[in-house]
Amino acid sequence: MSDTSSPEGTADSGGDLFSKFDDIIAMREGLLATGVEDPFNLVMEKVLSPTRAICNGRDTILLGTYNYMGMTFDPDVVDAGKQALADFGTGTTGSRVLNGTYQGHKECEDALREFYDMDHAMVFSTGYLANLGIISTIAGKGDYIILDIDSHASIWDGCAMGNAEVVPFKHNDIEAMEKRLRRVPEGAGKLVILEGVYSMLGDLAPLKEMVAIAKKYGAMVLVDEAHSMGFIGEHGRGVVEDEGVLDDVDFIIGTFSKSVGTVGGFCVSNHPKFEIMRLVCRPYVFTASLPPSVVATAATSIRKLQHAGNKRGHLWENSRRLHKGLTDLGFQLGTEECQSAIVAVIMPDLERGAGMWEALLKEGLYVNLARPPATPANMTLLRCSLCAEHSDEEVGTILGMFERAGRNTGIIS
Amino acid sequence: MDRAEVDSKIRELIGPFNKKGVEIQDSTTFVGDFEFDSLTVMDFVAEIEDEFDIIISMNQQAEIENYGQLVDAVTKLQD
Ligand SMILES: Cc1ncc(COP(=O)(O)O)c(C=O)c1O
Repeated sequence: MSDTSSPEGTADSGGDLFSKFDDIIAMREGLLATGVEDPFNLVMEKVLSPTRAICNGRDTILLGTYNYMGMTFDPDVVDAGKQALADFGTGTTGSRVLNGTYQGHKECEDALREFYDMDHAMVFSTGYLANLGIISTIAGKGDYIILDIDSHASIWDGCAMGNAEVVPFKHNDIEAMEKRLRRVPEGAGKLVILEGVYSMLGDLAPLKEMVAIAKKYGAMVLVDEAHSMGFIGEHGRGVVEDEGVLDDVDFIIGTFSKSVGTVGGFCVSNHPKFEIMRLVCRPYVFTASLPPSVVATAATSIRKLQHAGNKRGHLWENSRRLHKGLTDLGFQLGTEECQSAIVAVIMPDLERGAGMWEALLKEGLYVNLARPPATPANMTLLRCSLCAEHSDEEVGTILGMFERAGRNTGIIS
Repeated sequence: MDRAEVDSKIRELIGPFNKKGVEIQDSTTFVGDFEFDSLTVMDFVAEIEDEFDIIISMNQQAEIENYGQLVDAVTKLQD
């Protein structure tokens, strides 16, 4: 019943394996034929700070980078990277389980264990690989994965790579989740997969209720906290901490590519047998480990995020102000209240969304254009993510840009 | 429920999803004939799951291409 293979495309493909991409090629050409700048081919020629870059020749405010805590130019973080580059070289040229574990990888895992106050931490080369590896490895044949239909691609790919039965439920629907848990055959292993913040609309999962129900049915719980680390929860441990369910969650997945400000992924857990993952998890074993400079910047950044109360406060201020300002201007947003540092502006369709995106770029503002099938309900979204380093003045400038671009393109009146 | 009863129940449930009024036979396909997109599939599957109190996992859905296969699968699952 999946619609991945079109019934037409198969018969008359004439042997060209690329004919299955004809629809998306046509969609892209149709969009570019309207004369807009290609939203998926932007080049940043210079990056001036966490919030400013020269994009396609223009001085641009960055409002779509997930660089929530603005750690990418933090002097301590940059210095740690430079030092590691000098002391350990440019790369490890090896897997974590062979020659690819350096002092820095251990220190990075120590920093994560401390940050989350958990027994085990495992660093992967990206967050994508962390989801792919953990999910496909722990849920095996005969087990059931119960997951939100709006889960990130890396979660879906982890499900597809494993052999478990995959059972999605409607986004954030507590009752739909419980019904599916109840119907799992007796004795089968169960893994519930949730996200703290859903990155498309910036909305939160009702984790308190959902985790309690998952536990009631004896399921293990994995929560992807990619979009909350460092600023949600008392210690920045994510929505699980804010909702008071950290101790009931079995695995937290995270990334270094957002708040931490570099690249890499991880899983933290208190499971007593967790360390065996290092031997059985293929996306951990069969790829090279992160370069020493990257783990050094990550470890330094994570430690600084433990004491980033002021930055956190400013990030929330920025997020709430942008959310309110855009609402007041008449834009339709993904959430009624500001729930996270993501503010998603809903566009009527892809063409007008791309037009608005381009108008903003010409104003000097970069946001993320998100389109189907990555978006829920086939929406076209302009996703804005705030940074703790956006100044009050910049947020004011951003609102002015949205107002002009919105009026010029007819998105608001 | 036997196969005939399952068939008539699913025929009832598919009504609101069959927007084009496609004539239903065992060989009618969900993607090609009904033109269901992934969102419609999710809603439709959820209706059937709730009605029969079963799980039709994504793995099982991948094997079901036409109406007859769905009726067969549900008949077996609700046993
Ligand atoms: C929810 C979620 N999980 C995982 C990832 C993957 O993270 P990474 O960029 O480290 O591969 C992302 C980001 O792309 C994400 O949004």
